[in-house]
Amino acid sequence: MNPRLVEASARRFAALGDPTRLQVFALISRSPLSVGEVAAQLPVSRPAVSQHLKVLADAGLVQLESVGTRNLYRPDPDGVATLRDFIDSLWDVGMARFKMQAEKVARQRAAAERKSRETR
Amino acid sequence: MSPLPQPAAGPVVRKTVVVAAPLAVAFEVFTAQIETWWPMASHHIGEAACAAVVIEPRAGGRWYERGVDGVECVWGRVLVWEAPRRVVLVWQLSAQFRFDPTIHTEVDVRFVAIDARTTRVELEHRGLEAFGVDAMAMHDTFSSPSGWNGMLEHFAQVAGRPRAATPAG
Repeated sequence: MNPRLVEASARRFAALGDPTRLQVFALISRSPLSVGEVAAQLPVSRPAVSQHLKVLADAGLVQLESVGTRNLYRPDPDGVATLRDFIDSLWDVGMARFKMQAEKVARQRAAAERKSRETR
Repeated sequence: MSPLPQPAAGPVVRKTVVVAAPLAVAFEVFTAQIETWWPMASHHIGEAACAAVVIEPRAGGRWYERGVDGVECVWGRVLVWEAPRRVVLVWQLSAQFRFDPTIHTEVDVRFVAIDARTTRVELEHRGLEAFGVDAMAMHDTFSSPSGWNGMLEHFAQVAGRPRAATPAG
């Protein structure tokens, strides 16, 4: 696995290492929201929500989008992709190992079958 | 035939591999012999070494790890069991490798016979936004030498030796 990917993921996970910030991120992952809309759904003040969003933005996890007069926060596709890439790498290894193992078992079964045919 | 998967809204991982193994063998190795290839099993993470990883072969069956101490740790459950063509597993393991019922990601695996000795395996891991919600736990495991970083190093070593035998243990 690419060490830079591990590092980038670690930074992003670290940014999410706060329960409230996680909730903020989960909320805006569902739909883009303003600071006020996030604050309305959590027992947290608007300034605190702003601060959490700033940390998430600095980590590359969320971005600000202006829609008319509204400032909406939404997930940064690149940042979320890093989290996804992390799981992706795990499956790369998993599927490579699965392939090796399935082919090994298939070879063993085929050999056993040949042997049993020969001795019959 | 199985219905097509619904387009997933969140991040999705897709993998396709072609294996030189008959359909039935590919399905059996993926499910009944998951501990022989599952990366997490070879890097034991609990108090005790992992003795077995079990997927109960039925819809609603459990997916769990059994340690050498006999302690069972649930990873999730079987959502769809259509041997030997499809299995859908619900992965409910947090990044700290603890069962967490609030986490719901799905591993949908399809097995397609190309010919009598060759099978295409298509895997889709969807609902990964749940890992974002679990990222706090991931953060904790990052800082531990036995956590993700350690595991990833182990993966990298294994992946870098494609001809090596299955690691013992």
